[in-house]
Amino acid sequence: MALRRFDLEAGGDTFAFKPETEEKIAFWRGKYPADKQRSAVIPMLWLAQKDNNGWLSEPAMREVADRLEMPYIRVYEVATFYTMFRLQPVGKFHVQLCGTTPCQLRGAEKLKEVCQKEIGDIMYVTDDGRLSWEEVECLGACVNAPMVQINDDYYEDLTPESLSQILGKLKNGVEVQPGPQIDRVNSAPEGGATTLTDPSLFDGSKNSISTLPNLPSATPAEAEAAGKPDAAPPTNTKREEPTAGKTTLIDGKKKDGEE
Amino acid sequence: MSDLFKINIDGKEIEVPKSYTLMQACEEAGAEIPRFCYHERLSVAGNCRMCLVEWEGAPKPIASCAQNVGDMRPNRDGSAPNIRTKGPYVEKARNGVMEFLLINHPLDCPICDQGGECDLQDQAVAYGRAGSRYEENKRAVEDKNMGPLVKTIMTRCIQCTRCVRFVAEVGGVEEIGMISRGESAEITTYLEKNLTSELSGNVIDLCPVGALTSKPYAFNARPWELRKTSSIDVMDAMGASIRVDAKGDGVMRIMPEVHEDINEEWLSDKSRFVWDGLARQRLDKPYVRVDGRLKPATWAEAFAAVNTALSKPAERIGVVAGDLIEVEQAKAALDLFRSLGVQNTDCRPAGAKYGTDGVREHYILNPTLAGVEEADALLLVGVNPRVEAAVWNARIRKTWLWADLKVALVGEAADLTYDYTHLGNSADALAKAETAEFLKGAKRPMIVLGEGALLHEEGDAVLAAAIKLANETGAIADDWAGFGVLHNAAGRVGALDVGFVPVEGGRATADILGGGMETIVLLGADEVDLSKTSAATVIYVGSHGDAGASRADIILPAATYTEMAATFVNTEGRVQVTSKAVQPKGEAREGWAIFRALSDVMGKTLPYDTVDALREGLRENEVFAGIGYAPGAAGAEALKAVPEAAGSLSSAPFKPVIGDFYLTNPIARASKTMAECSALATALDTPVAAE
Repeated sequence: MALRRFDLEAGGDTFAFKPETEEKIAFWRGKYPADKQRSAVIPMLWLAQKDNNGWLSEPAMREVADRLEMPYIRVYEVATFYTMFRLQPVGKFHVQLCGTTPCQLRGAEKLKEVCQKEIGDIMYVTDDGRLSWEEVECLGACVNAPMVQINDDYYEDLTPESLSQILGKLKNGVEVQPGPQIDRVNSAPEGGATTLTDPSLFDGSKNSISTLPNLPSATPAEAEAAGKPDAAPPTNTKREEPTAGKTTLIDGKKKDGEE
Repeated sequence: MSDLFKINIDGKEIEVPKSYTLMQACEEAGAEIPRFCYHERLSVAGNCRMCLVEWEGAPKPIASCAQNVGDMRPNRDGSAPNIRTKGPYVEKARNGVMEFLLINHPLDCPICDQGGECDLQDQAVAYGRAGSRYEENKRAVEDKNMGPLVKTIMTRCIQCTRCVRFVAEVGGVEEIGMISRGESAEITTYLEKNLTSELSGNVIDLCPVGALTSKPYAFNARPWELRKTSSIDVMDAMGASIRVDAKGDGVMRIMPEVHEDINEEWLSDKSRFVWDGLARQRLDKPYVRVDGRLKPATWAEAFAAVNTALSKPAERIGVVAGDLIEVEQAKAALDLFRSLGVQNTDCRPAGAKYGTDGVREHYILNPTLAGVEEADALLLVGVNPRVEAAVWNARIRKTWLWADLKVALVGEAADLTYDYTHLGNSADALAKAETAEFLKGAKRPMIVLGEGALLHEEGDAVLAAAIKLANETGAIADDWAGFGVLHNAAGRVGALDVGFVPVEGGRATADILGGGMETIVLLGADEVDLSKTSAATVIYVGSHGDAGASRADIILPAATYTEMAATFVNTEGRVQVTSKAVQPKGEAREGWAIFRALSDVMGKTLPYDTVDALREGLRENEVFAGIGYAPGAAGAEALKAVPEAAGSLSSAPFKPVIGDFYLTNPIARASKTMAECSALATALDTPVAAE
């Protein structure tokens, strides 16, 4: 991790929260008693970052410290500890590219090359001020690897081509659809479901099953007939013997009701 | 439930209070526990892991500094838990910690100022591995600016956070912090601003490695080649215990020594870094003004000139003793001038109204410096302890922070590093109902007057009003003398004790210097207005070429506190003796010896030939009978009588007595380091610590 320092030049001398943010500030501060207001420092810094084009300038940090009556160094410690507080300017669209193992295995390295080519070095802001990127650790969307987060949205199942396309669109102000960039709903399997596809699973017809196939056999003779060894059943022996006709573990109605 | 807990440490069963940490218990049992981050005067951080011990039955080694004995359980059979501070298990654990600490620590001991007094070095020898297994690159950290006193080599930092905790908890200014995290973690001030604490030098002592070292002392000496002398500090009236480290005839540095009743183990920046002033601007030979210019002279010539100057009528001679006068000099000078019939003697250059009524309890800090820890309400009158006794201010803050101490201030509002009720800025606030109200609820109220409160015309009335208030609010009890004066000059109480005040209609400082005198003797008095003395012959006895010397017609060079064994009485009335660490500069002599020799020249030979003989005479005054003792509550009886005073309490605001913390005396004004500190502090809007 590179050294994290304030970009003092770009930060200027002043910062003010947007008027509409005051309500959110009041919300967060309202959560803590009067003598524990400094507990609100992280949400306050986050709001300041939002109001400062996605990065935390030194005056913005001071504003938070002043409002919470905290020494600057204490807020500075928090702001430098959490890498999601960015101390340098970012583009209008800031790309956080996941480089952790699952994404890396699925081609994040190639995506990095795209960013490097389309945007430039890490934390470099393009001349038009629209794009910048950095590599981050796991964003928790490993199912849809590789992925990036751009501002508040995830863009998943990327290929170098699709990322390049997204970046191009963002650069030119064309709307982009967040989410998986391939034919997939959320985290569902690519190209549609591959399991639980039997419609009979869902029409209630399976309700007539009275015993499960892997339960201990009713009699040793049956087990013998089925060619199974005469051994203690592998399941919990203390369990009550299932009564025929009552064991309906797959209960369509109950399942629906739960969901 | 008993408050004691049985614990078996290295096979030795002991009983310790439940409030102890395991580390304290181990030390009680005589075991030595290595540590870096733990410091007994700071909060527990528990992040260095060096203090690991084995608790039989516990799955992991225990960080003994953070384990409270009260939280421990006996063994299943009810026997005391077994702790082992030695043995292969503990050794392996500490060895592992040590290896991790050294992974990123540079091997630059040969060029490190901490070398030879480095905790990491010592403990690496005792607990570390013989060699390194680490082959990767070590991390490097940018050095930080922390001001003119603290030099940083941050690559050496092991992130113990002692400095962070010190400035926040003791210093009271949250200025150092640890930024970033993991391998990038760095100790820094906010955007590398200068430290503004007047106690900042203590982080140098606290730093267990060479990350924070003394900037003025950098590369000057190695600890093993220094001659170490225990002595007493004179930069303020606390009389902190110090160790003067000297090489050859130069003082190389000044360090604090532990004295629980005075400075605990801290030292203010002025006391610590003033040493370069001991070698600058020194008066190393006598001077006599000839044709308007000061010319070097021999002692004989100078004495002859002094003899002539002092042959004037006694009522036309005035003597003013300065802030740093030692008791021996005051005694010898007083004996000589009294024998000449001089009554115009004063040791209160600023003109504070104390010391004339013959009651010692009226001008010393009766509750004692450590006594503030017993107090639960403290009323400060006309005093800013942060600049007048910086280390004591840390003790007030400590009591305010960790115990139930309320503080109120009558005087100029300032940032004292703790909250206080501001009751007013003038003497009449003493008579307010809310002032009495503030003290009345308290069990141990304490009223502390500063010199600022006693400077006014009606200083006597303020003193009387404060003693009256103390009596009315229960601050004076049989075992508690809750009234005192906090001085700001090391020599003041001692000089008052020998009676260095005008007698029988003699004149005080303002009159002595206000014209009309033919001869004025200044005993190291530089902080006075000399503009009206043009008609007089001025004799200056002192160590540094400051305001007094530049006006003087005759200069007699004297030794300073590091160059003689001299007696000082601190603001509590505690008699202490400095030690001679180096020789006086050039022809400078100890103050008492100058007056002994002068008395011979003048035919009024003083009856002592040695300093011991002089002290023998001093001890006739019971004040000087014992050393290192503060009377404390013994003075309560004397305070029960409220002195009568003319005049009323006015509404004129108290003025701060110290303009610049770093430049209060000639030694500090001669110091380059202090000048730099002063310039930086003045550049800020407020003298000490914004925010």
